[in-house]
Amino acid sequence: MMRFLLLFSRQGKLRLQKWFTPIPEREKKKIIREMTTMVLARQPRSCNFLHWKDLKIIYKRYASLYFCLAIENHENELLALEVIHRYVELLDKYFGNVCELDIIFNFEKAYFILDEFLLGGEIQETSKQIVNRCIESSDMLQETMEEYMSKPAF
Amino acid sequence: MPTVSKGDGMRGLAVFISDIRNCKSKEAEIKRINKELANIRSKFKGDKALDGYSKKKYVCKLLFIFLLGHDIDFGHMEAVNLLSSNKYTEKQIGYLFISVLVNSNSDLIRLINNGIKNDLASRNPTFMNLALHCIANVGSREMAEAFAFEIPSILVAGDTMDSVKQSAALCLLRLNRTSPDLVPMGEWTARVVHLLNDQHLGVVTAATSLITTLAQKSPDDFKTSISLAVARLSRIVTSASIDLQDYTYYFVAAPWLSVKLLRLLQCYPPPEDAALRSRLTECLETILNKAQEPPKSKKVQHSNAKNAVLFEAISLIIHHDSEPTLLVRACNQLGQFLQHRETNLRYLALESMCTLASSEFSHEAVKTHIDTVINALKTERDVSVRQRAVDLLYAMCDRSNAKQIVAEMLSYLETADYSIREEIVLKVAILAEKYAVDYTWYVDTILNLIRVAGDYVSEEVWYRVIQIVINRDDVQGYAAKTVFEALHAPACHENLVKVGGYILGEFGNLIAGDSRSSPLVQFSLLHSKFHLCSVPTRALLLSAYIKFINLFPEVKATIQDVLRSDSQLRNADVELQQRAVEYLKLSCIASTDILATVLEEMPPFPERESSILAKLKRKKGPGKLPDIDENRRNVNGSSEHSFRPPFTDVLNLNSSPSTGPSLLVDVFSDSSTSVSVDVSEDNFSRFVCKNNGVIYENQLLQIGLKSEYRQNLGRIYVFYGNKTSTQFLSFSSFLNVHAKSVDPIIEGGAQVQQILNIECVSDFTDAPVLNIQFRYGGTLQNIAVKLPVMLNKFFQPTEMTSQDFFQRWKQLGAPQQEVQKIFKAQYPMDTDVTKAKVLVLLCWNGVDPNPANFVGAGVIHTKSTQGGLPPQTGMYRLTLRTSRESVSQRLCELLGEQF
Repeated sequence: MMRFLLLFSRQGKLRLQKWFTPIPEREKKKIIREMTTMVLARQPRSCNFLHWKDLKIIYKRYASLYFCLAIENHENELLALEVIHRYVELLDKYFGNVCELDIIFNFEKAYFILDEFLLGGEIQETSKQIVNRCIESSDMLQETMEEYMSKPAF
Repeated sequence: MPTVSKGDGMRGLAVFISDIRNCKSKEAEIKRINKELANIRSKFKGDKALDGYSKKKYVCKLLFIFLLGHDIDFGHMEAVNLLSSNKYTEKQIGYLFISVLVNSNSDLIRLINNGIKNDLASRNPTFMNLALHCIANVGSREMAEAFAFEIPSILVAGDTMDSVKQSAALCLLRLNRTSPDLVPMGEWTARVVHLLNDQHLGVVTAATSLITTLAQKSPDDFKTSISLAVARLSRIVTSASIDLQDYTYYFVAAPWLSVKLLRLLQCYPPPEDAALRSRLTECLETILNKAQEPPKSKKVQHSNAKNAVLFEAISLIIHHDSEPTLLVRACNQLGQFLQHRETNLRYLALESMCTLASSEFSHEAVKTHIDTVINALKTERDVSVRQRAVDLLYAMCDRSNAKQIVAEMLSYLETADYSIREEIVLKVAILAEKYAVDYTWYVDTILNLIRVAGDYVSEEVWYRVIQIVINRDDVQGYAAKTVFEALHAPACHENLVKVGGYILGEFGNLIAGDSRSSPLVQFSLLHSKFHLCSVPTRALLLSAYIKFINLFPEVKATIQDVLRSDSQLRNADVELQQRAVEYLKLSCIASTDILATVLEEMPPFPERESSILAKLKRKKGPGKLPDIDENRRNVNGSSEHSFRPPFTDVLNLNSSPSTGPSLLVDVFSDSSTSVSVDVSEDNFSRFVCKNNGVIYENQLLQIGLKSEYRQNLGRIYVFYGNKTSTQFLSFSSFLNVHAKSVDPIIEGGAQVQQILNIECVSDFTDAPVLNIQFRYGGTLQNIAVKLPVMLNKFFQPTEMTSQDFFQRWKQLGAPQQEVQKIFKAQYPMDTDVTKAKVLVLLCWNGVDPNPANFVGAGVIHTKSTQGGLPPQTGMYRLTLRTSRESVSQRLCELLGEQF
């Protein structure tokens, strides 16, 4: 199973964290620090896999963001890379050419999309169409742009 | 601030986020956050009831603050309230807050559970999914208690929507992982297996994850999943890439599902059913074939997905370890990847080859890639790839290539990354010891290791070289000479001084004849390093000096002077001072005889698991160390380099808990004047074919045996019958492996029983000897009986079709694997009797169409053995082929006496 997924910027700023097993907050902060230093220190054109403790770390950089996924030892590395890619595709489809700012300002959406795609550390739905349909139908349940603009800005 | 284009943004939230982003310093950020927290707190506490939207917005802001890394100690209640909203977006934020922030022991869990319960009961699939996601995200025990009964029924109910089924399957999986005791197995388990047939591939994918986890825990309950998984896999791999619509990922048909199915199949041995087995083999072959086809797309996603399936298929092939052709094909495929331009593929190929190296079918094939791997060690830019290359070299090492591999690893060590040096040092040390044919090479290697990477040579490594030198007298002189020469280097590592001090202290006399290494020269050489060393090394050197006084009386005065100097006698370190004082006094007052006794050469070390191997295992974690066990090696597997007593190594005999006197008592009692007795093996050969009977009998005592064997384990019941009318006193019995006692008194005419548990660790030729002592009347009786524990007892019958048998027979064609013996029949040649004997011995018959041939096959403790026994006129020809030479030899000896 997958253990956690972290998104952080080239400066090491965390943009999204998803933990699939319960971990104490202190421990989480330690892991985040370790992952950012470890992944950011990697040379370009190195391989995308690392061994860390009893886990495999799969990471990939998309524009200014690093995606870093920890999987258990017997899991498939190449497919984990494609899990990351599929998530990026889903974000891209939803936001339309996703950038780091989209994830910062709409972090809750990034979490919702992730929940439709992965659940409990396993892949839930690999079809891009189905996940997108899910997200869009839930957006239909939400307010219109006029409602949005009439809201107080504080 | 970017405009939010989609869905329902929350303007207040967006403003807050951009404020935070505009903060110039950490302090400004904290100030802004504190301001916001105060604002939210006052809103929550205010008299005016908040509407849903505001509540949602503030909860979301709190979540954002928390994710920035700040502590949040309020707002939980408001989040829980959001769960009961009927507005989807509010509910969604409430669940998100809970998933991220609520830890399992929160007091709110009952309220949360209540919200979840309502949503599960709502029959609204969107709400049900939210609730299931929350359970899967939090996964606490309280939630398992509340919902573990309900979720299985949601999962298998006929009217459940597909997306809910997927969530339910994974939710159940999560609960099963966190609280397996709370998830009841039951009627639903059988129906879950049938989800593998579901129309919706998303449901199948989620269900496969669940079934795999359940099958790992109780494989028997999910056996039916094998055939369904094979069928599904076969449909996927043979489908045209467009058939699966959106489940085709960059022209690869359902890669996630394929990998999951292959993973599920790895919970089981190869299918027993021949048709199913060949269907699976076909699938695996198709996957291997596809790897050779030109890519359908240049995108890396295409090749990643395709190769992900390929690597998983190779994992399954390795797991089954039964189809030599597939194993060799897998190895060739990985061999291609070793030179691929994608770093990821090179990395993975090195990694999977490590496991292939430990299969006896593919070990040789892996070895052919040695040059590529060595090249990878030299040229790869990425340290993690080089690390995998080191691992693979370690795994593929055997006697034939040990020297080359050790030399390459040593030369790599000079430039290796600091982070992996210690591990390489351990690996070199282990390989050098394990495959040392002559121990001078071993000593050279370890000294080189200290020279190249002294700082990374842990204590275990240099302890080990000393243990080995002490236990082997043929290498002591060479070791003394070599360390003496090595110590001449201008800057030698402290570890070398330690080894040098110890070895010269013990064996310096072996090279003292040469004037270039006279005692005085040896001493001055060691002492020249003394002042550069740390306290523990100095202490060791002082001990070496006192040993010198014993070995070479002519340097006594010089050494005494050194010991007497203020820097020793008044050393600030109490350990050094004490040693100096005591050694000086000892050398002054003790006679040469006493000195010689006190400072005698160290006795050999008792043999145990190599301490370095234990260390490497600790370092890598259990199960991560590639298996370089002797067991797997078929060609070079003899163990003549092992200086352990061969027997203890081979059989671990554990006696049942003893009630009688312990061995220590025996040693000091009068019976310790035991004389060596001839070992009785009169009836030994009769037990080749049978398990029960009388093994020994004289006028006083009868010893009967009852034995049973299962796989590599055996149990022998030994019955001692007193044939006389007088008591046997001080009765004891022990094996040459393990001391063991029975009831010390056997009454006249009585019988006592002793149970021996046996484990076959590796193939062996010597049988254990049971030593028995007792007093009858006034005289001490000694009896030694060879116990009929033989290699063939550990046979497992193997059912094979003729085709399989002869294929396997041909594979075992190496000259050293076959032993043939032609001998005269000792007993009348009766077909039925012979057949029965073959059946007992080799467990199966009837493969060969020629009725004159008797054929059988069996597996000993994971190793295969086949024998053919064709009768001729008054003569038998016995042909045995096994994967190991020593096994063939021994079996031939044992079986040849039986016909």
